[in-house]
Amino acid sequence: MNLDLTEEQEMLRTMARDFLTKECPKALVRELEDDPKGYSPELWSKMAELGWMGLVIPEEYGGQGMDFLDLIILLQEMGRNILPGPFFSTVVLGALPIAFEGSDEQKKEYLPKLADGELIMTMALTEPNARYDATGVSTKATAQGDNFIIDGTKLFVENAHVADYMICAVRTNERAAPEEGVTLLIVDAKSPGIRVEVVPTIADDKLCEVEFSNVAVPKGNVLGEVDKGWPVVAKIMQYAAVAKCGEMVGGAEAALDMTVTYVKERVQYNRPIGSFQAVQHFCANMWNSVGASRNLLYHAAWKLTEGIPADLDIAVAKGWINESYNFVTERAVQCHGAIGLTRDHDIGLYYRRAKAAEVAFGDGAYQREVVASQIGL
Amino acid sequence: MDFQYTPEQEALRKEFDDFFREEMKSAPPELESSMESLFEIDHCWEFHKQLGKKLAARGWIAMAWPKEYGGRDAPLIDQFIFNEVRGYHRAQGTDPIGVGMLAPTLLVTANDEQKKEHLPPMARAERDWCQLWSEPNAGSDLACLTTRAVRKGDEYIVNGQKIWTSGAHRADWGMMLARTNPEEKRSRGLSFFLVDMKTPGITVNPLHSMARGHMFNEVFLDDVRVPARNRVGEENQGWMASQMTSNFERSMIDLFSKAKRDLEDLVQFCKETKWNGKPLADDPVIRTKLAQLAIDIEAGFAFSHSVVWNQITGGLMTAAPLACGAKFMATELTQRLTYEACEIMGMYGQVAGSKWAPFRGKYINYYQVVMGLNMGGGTSEIMRNLVCSLALGLPRSW
Repeated sequence: MNLDLTEEQEMLRTMARDFLTKECPKALVRELEDDPKGYSPELWSKMAELGWMGLVIPEEYGGQGMDFLDLIILLQEMGRNILPGPFFSTVVLGALPIAFEGSDEQKKEYLPKLADGELIMTMALTEPNARYDATGVSTKATAQGDNFIIDGTKLFVENAHVADYMICAVRTNERAAPEEGVTLLIVDAKSPGIRVEVVPTIADDKLCEVEFSNVAVPKGNVLGEVDKGWPVVAKIMQYAAVAKCGEMVGGAEAALDMTVTYVKERVQYNRPIGSFQAVQHFCANMWNSVGASRNLLYHAAWKLTEGIPADLDIAVAKGWINESYNFVTERAVQCHGAIGLTRDHDIGLYYRRAKAAEVAFGDGAYQREVVASQIGL
Repeated sequence: MDFQYTPEQEALRKEFDDFFREEMKSAPPELESSMESLFEIDHCWEFHKQLGKKLAARGWIAMAWPKEYGGRDAPLIDQFIFNEVRGYHRAQGTDPIGVGMLAPTLLVTANDEQKKEHLPPMARAERDWCQLWSEPNAGSDLACLTTRAVRKGDEYIVNGQKIWTSGAHRADWGMMLARTNPEEKRSRGLSFFLVDMKTPGITVNPLHSMARGHMFNEVFLDDVRVPARNRVGEENQGWMASQMTSNFERSMIDLFSKAKRDLEDLVQFCKETKWNGKPLADDPVIRTKLAQLAIDIEAGFAFSHSVVWNQITGGLMTAAPLACGAKFMATELTQRLTYEACEIMGMYGQVAGSKWAPFRGKYINYYQVVMGLNMGGGTSEIMRNLVCSLALGLPRSW
């Protein structure tokens, strides 16, 4: 057993933290919340130059060939700094599916451009029924000549408004069991018939409604095989859940640090409020929660990296960290007092993101049901 | 980063697992149906003693000790694995006070004569210990204790009262803190003693829990003569010696592991038990409760691993705040599991005995006693205070 990060991972963490502290201050985060694009192209270019978009893309396709655990280290720092923009959707929901399931042509076509930061991608999976299981996919794709024709509506699609391509989960077979009639299509976001609208959300994180009306997609854009897309979705959901946990743990760590700093400085009754036991007990509970979160995250990420089955570990990690990030940020706001409620104060940035992250890739109820079936219920 | 154990460690785990799986087949059923039965029921105590002898024969009681005192210089990770497996099988066998707390103090602070007299019998599971520390007016604020030890020639004459002494009615010896300098009202006036519980003047009275069980005692010391050679360390340096008692594997993995086992039993109960014609396991509320417990237990395991890893790489004292965090996490999880179990059992969650009592009334006993875990060995509140002062740099709040 060795629970330490490698030297390279420590360097990646330090470098990422220094870069994001300088290049992505909270003033920029606030500015981008109100910005229609929701990301900074200048910052995106700098990140591409650092090789971040290609971190887990194989070297033969222009990436750095590092592993998923390394990506988690990076995502932790992005969560700590609340990096706005389409990094998560591009890398986790775009590059990973193509790297796992793409044909040689698809890998050659998309991965180098993704690694260079030339392309923004996302995955259009969830629909107004708000389900993460296969029965939630009702957007239809009908074969017509050399194309599939897509009709339907997707909801909660990250950064669809700036994406160049969307990997769309569509139903291509309604006679089969739900898991056996889903296909993944790589869709050009500028295709005629696509309407995208950003939905206002608590985290201002540019989740979109995407309406498909008679959208033609070449059959050559099938990712994997027709009707056999659901196992790919299920696999990506697991990677995405753990990747989201990476952001969440980074955010929770930051919220805890900010809170401890604040309670040491804020004086009432002639003493720091951090000397009051009630406040200290909040901090101790937050510290414990974050400590467990961090280790659950690394355990799940390590198992995925090593190719060890991790269904229970992933559900446990997301289930715990869902509650932990919400708990830590809620207590953080409480410790800050009224100023924690203001738009101007940074702690609210984390509190709002905790809620958004909780419901991404499986909320608490979803993860608990996975755990329930895993423990034999 | 690597979460796997080595083949040797896995082999050790299997050895522990095979042993406990076999031995616990003959455990008295009462052992598991109450938190106090080990100390209270004679044949449960006898089983514990026999188990201890078998562990001693394998050298598993004192694994971490130097070989000259009956140990194996085993690394912390071996103890961790042992505690995890022992916890899963809900076995005791080892003396938590003697082996768990006193031995680390003796190894660091005692003289050779004391080590040679007391460590080998511990390693052979021949001697049981109790902790004569808390007093009616000195619980969390232990340093203000008033039991007095007055030097007279080669002896100390001890007068006072101790309370919440687990297993004092079973113990052969006790480790005691007493005041040797009345001018100092707090920790600077305390000395650390080893006391033969058969010494005249010691009276042990039971303190019954609300479940009618007997684990705790009050101990009266009336002119008890303790040889000066049984003082550990220098006079008035007892507080320093007492701090060494925390120098052991304190990840609480045994409690998390026991919780995992208890949850398995609860899952099975819910699969087999029907209510309103349907298995409890189909009820979404119950599924949520059990799944959340499973998540909390895995979080506990994760936290325990971080504790032992920090103990291995940074030393026991460096990992102290993590150990404090693990303590309240584990005990409060045990409490939560108990409450959920009772709630799942509905009206049967009040039945303490008879054919109607699920789990032989175990969780009804636990419901009445489990909060003691949040109090003994440092209350959850004190543990949180320590996390803040040791890990977060916050000012002392007490």
